[in-house]
Amino acid sequence: MSADLATYNFAYLDEQTKRMIRRAILKAISIPGYQVPFASREMPMPYGWGTGGVQVTASIIGPEDVLKVIDQGADDTTNAVSIRAFFQKVADVAVTTHTKDATIIQTRHRIPEAKLTEGQVLVYQVPIPEPLRFLEPRETETRKMHALEEYGLMHVKLYEDIAINGRISKTYAYPVKVDGRYVMDPSPTPKFDNPKMHMSDALQLFGAGREKRIYAVPPHTDVVSLDFEDYPFEIQTFEQDCALCGAHGVYLDEVVLDDKGGRMFVCSDTDHCEDRREHGHVGAMLAPNQEAAE
Amino acid sequence: MATPLVVSEVFKSFTMHLRDGIKLPVVNDVNFSVAAGECVVLGGPSGIGKSSILKMLYGNYAVDAGQILVNHQDRIVDIAKADPRTIIDVRRQTMGYVSQFLRTVPRVAAIDVVAEPLVARGIEAAIAKENAAELLSRLNLPRELWSLPPSTFSGGEQQRVNIARGFITSHRILLLDEPTASLDATNRRVVVEMIAAKKEEGVAMLGIFHDEEVREAVADRILDVSAFSPRKAIAA
Amino acid sequence: MSDNPLLKVSGVSKFYGSRIGCKDVNFELWPGEVLAIVGESGSGKTTLLNCISTRLLPTAGSVEYRMRDGNFRDLYHMSEAERRFLMRTDWGFVHQNPADGLRMTVSAGANVGERLMAVGDRHYGKIRETATDWLGRVEISADRIDDQPRAFSGGMRQRLQIARNLVTGPRLVFMDEPTGGLDVSVQARLLDLVRGLVNDLGLAAIVVTHDLAVARLLSHRMMVMKDGFVIEHGLTDRVLDDPREPYTQLLVSSILQV
Repeated sequence: MSADLATYNFAYLDEQTKRMIRRAILKAISIPGYQVPFASREMPMPYGWGTGGVQVTASIIGPEDVLKVIDQGADDTTNAVSIRAFFQKVADVAVTTHTKDATIIQTRHRIPEAKLTEGQVLVYQVPIPEPLRFLEPRETETRKMHALEEYGLMHVKLYEDIAINGRISKTYAYPVKVDGRYVMDPSPTPKFDNPKMHMSDALQLFGAGREKRIYAVPPHTDVVSLDFEDYPFEIQTFEQDCALCGAHGVYLDEVVLDDKGGRMFVCSDTDHCEDRREHGHVGAMLAPNQEAAE
Repeated sequence: MATPLVVSEVFKSFTMHLRDGIKLPVVNDVNFSVAAGECVVLGGPSGIGKSSILKMLYGNYAVDAGQILVNHQDRIVDIAKADPRTIIDVRRQTMGYVSQFLRTVPRVAAIDVVAEPLVARGIEAAIAKENAAELLSRLNLPRELWSLPPSTFSGGEQQRVNIARGFITSHRILLLDEPTASLDATNRRVVVEMIAAKKEEGVAMLGIFHDEEVREAVADRILDVSAFSPRKAIAA
Repeated sequence: MSDNPLLKVSGVSKFYGSRIGCKDVNFELWPGEVLAIVGESGSGKTTLLNCISTRLLPTAGSVEYRMRDGNFRDLYHMSEAERRFLMRTDWGFVHQNPADGLRMTVSAGANVGERLMAVGDRHYGKIRETATDWLGRVEISADRIDDQPRAFSGGMRQRLQIARNLVTGPRLVFMDEPTGGLDVSVQARLLDLVRGLVNDLGLAAIVVTHDLAVARLLSHRMMVMKDGFVIEHGLTDRVLDDPREPYTQLLVSSILQV
C-alpha cells in the first residue's frame, strides 16, 4: 500500500467526534441512567452490529488499553471477533479474552462471570435504549415521563407479565432503577446479570448507535431491578452445572448436540469456562466416566 | 316559625324567539303564601298558569320579576334569584315536587327510584328502601313490579311510584301537580290520607287537583289563579 | 354543602389565530356538582373542556383548583409535574373515543391498575383486587380482567375507561361526549352507571355533550355554548324547561320526542 493514501485516525473516529462523544459520556456518568443524545456517526458496519458500543469504545480507548469483546458471553463469535479485529486494525491495541486482563470490555449483552474491578470499563451495545418504548411510542412523551419520574407504566408491563404468565417472565432487558432516579433498560442482558450491575466496581457505559443515545452507570451506584412486593425480582436458576467445567450458579447456554434430542448446558461466558478448566475443574461431559452425564 | 312559602309580586312571561320573538304573558303580580300544615289548591280553568306557578316555585321556570321566598333550613331563600346550587339544595332538603309524569331513569328499579331522595339526603340505603317499600305497598303497587324500572309501567303505576318518591321525604314544602290524575278511587283515597298525614306533620302544600272530590278532601283554601291572569288585567 | 368551590374558572378565552375557540368563560364548580356544557359541533365546548383540564393552554384567563389541602392553586401556574400528578390522581378524563383514554394493548386489569402503580402501589395482589372490584362496579365481569380492551365492545371499553379514571378516587372528572358513538341501549346503561357513580362518590364532573337528554339525566347545571360564547347558564331543568336565548330555544325544540 502506498504511504500517501489516507489513513484512519487512531481508533477510526476523528478527534472532534471523540470529544463530542466523551462529553456525552461525561454527562451520562454525571446523571446515572439518563439517556444523553449524541451525534452518532456512520460506522463501517451495519446498525445492530454494535455501532453504539463501538463508538463509545473508540472514544475512550487509548494505546495502553487492553480490549476484550464478547458476544453473548463468548469471545469467539462473529460479532466479537469482527469488532476485536476492527480495533486491532484501527487502534493497534492489545486484545485479550481474559476478563481480568482487560481494561475495556465491549459486550453484546452479557456481564462476565468474574467480578469486575475498579478501573475496568464495561461497554454495552444497546439496540433500544428506551425502557418505556414498547408501551409509549412517543419520544416526547417518554422524555417527559423520565423528566417527571412517571414510571407507573414500567410496572404495568410487569403486571401484564404476572397476569399472563403467573410470574414476571421477562428474562432479559429487565428494567432497573439507577441511583434511585432514572429507570434504565440494561440492554438485552439476561436478568441473571442485573445484580452484577448493582454497586459494581467497574464503570458501565451504554451506547445505542441507531437510536443515538449514551447512558452510564458509574462505579458504586445503586441499580435496583423493578418488581412487586409480592412478586420480588428473581434471577434465573439452572438445575444443571456446566457440562464442560462443572460451574454452578453461572449463566448457561443450551447446546444441541445432535438431531436426536441430545443437548448440553455450558457456560455462556467462554473465558470463565476455560479458566475453570485450566484450573482443573471438570464437568460431566468431559469427565472420564460418561455415566456421570446421565 | 317563619311562613314556609311566600310568593310576592311575581311576573312571568315567555318570549318565543322562534316565533318572531312574540311575548306570551303567563301570570302577573302573583301574591300568596302557604302556611305550615296548610294545603292550598290552585284553581281556575286550564291554561291559566297553574302548572307554570308550580314550575316557577320549583325553579324549572325563571321569573321576570318578584320574589319566591322559601324558608330553607332557618334562612330565607329567594328562588327567583338563587343560584342553581342553592336551588338544588332547597330541592334536596326543603321542597319536594310530585309531577304528573315520572321522568324515568333507565334501568333503575322502582323501589330505588322511590328511595333515592332519602339516599340523597344521606340516609342509609337499607332504611331508605324499607320506607320505600312501605309507601309502595300502601299505594297498592304490586310487589312484583318493585324491582323493575318503571319506564314500562302503566300511567297509574308510574304515578304511584312518583307519589311515593315525592312523599317519602320529610320536606317541609310539597308541590303537587295533579298527583291523582290517573289513579283509581282506592288509590286516590290513599293519596288523600297521605296528604292529610303530611298536614299533621306541618308540611306546607301547594297543589293542582282537577278531581273535585280530592280537591274538596284536601284543600284548606282554593287560590283562584285567574286573579293573576294577564288577560284579565288587559281586559280590565 | 361545602362552602368552597372546587374549581374557579375566570375569564378563560382561547383563540386560534383570529378565530375564537371560546371567549371569556366564567363559572365555579362545587364538590358533587355535575355541569353539562352543551352546544353544537364547533361551538367551543371541547376547547373549553381542554382549557379547563389543562390539556390546552388558554390565551387568557385563569382556573383555580382547590387542592386536597384546601388551598387554591392556579392551574396554569403549576409546574407540569404537579399538573400531571393532579391529572392522574385527583382528576379523571373520559374521552369520547375509549381508545384515546385506554391502553388498547394491555389487559383490562392493567388499564385499571396503571394509576395505582403510578402513585406507588407495588403489591400485585392488592392492585389486582382493586382492579377486580372496579371492573365489577362498571359491570365488567371479573373473568375479563386479563383481556385487552381490543376484545371489548364499545360500551365495555367506555366503562373500562371510567373504571380506569375512578380507581384513584378523583374529586373531579371531565367527560367529553361520554356516550357518543354508543348505541341507545348501551348509552342508557352507561348513563345510569355514571349517574350512580357520581352520586355515590360525590364526584364533581364537567360533561361535554351535544345530547340534551344526557345533560338532563346527568347534570345539575348547564352551560349552552354558541360560537365560543356561553350564551345561557343555569339550573339544567330551568335551561331545558324555560330556555331564554333564541339559540337555546332552537336547540330544545329540536329534540326528537319519543
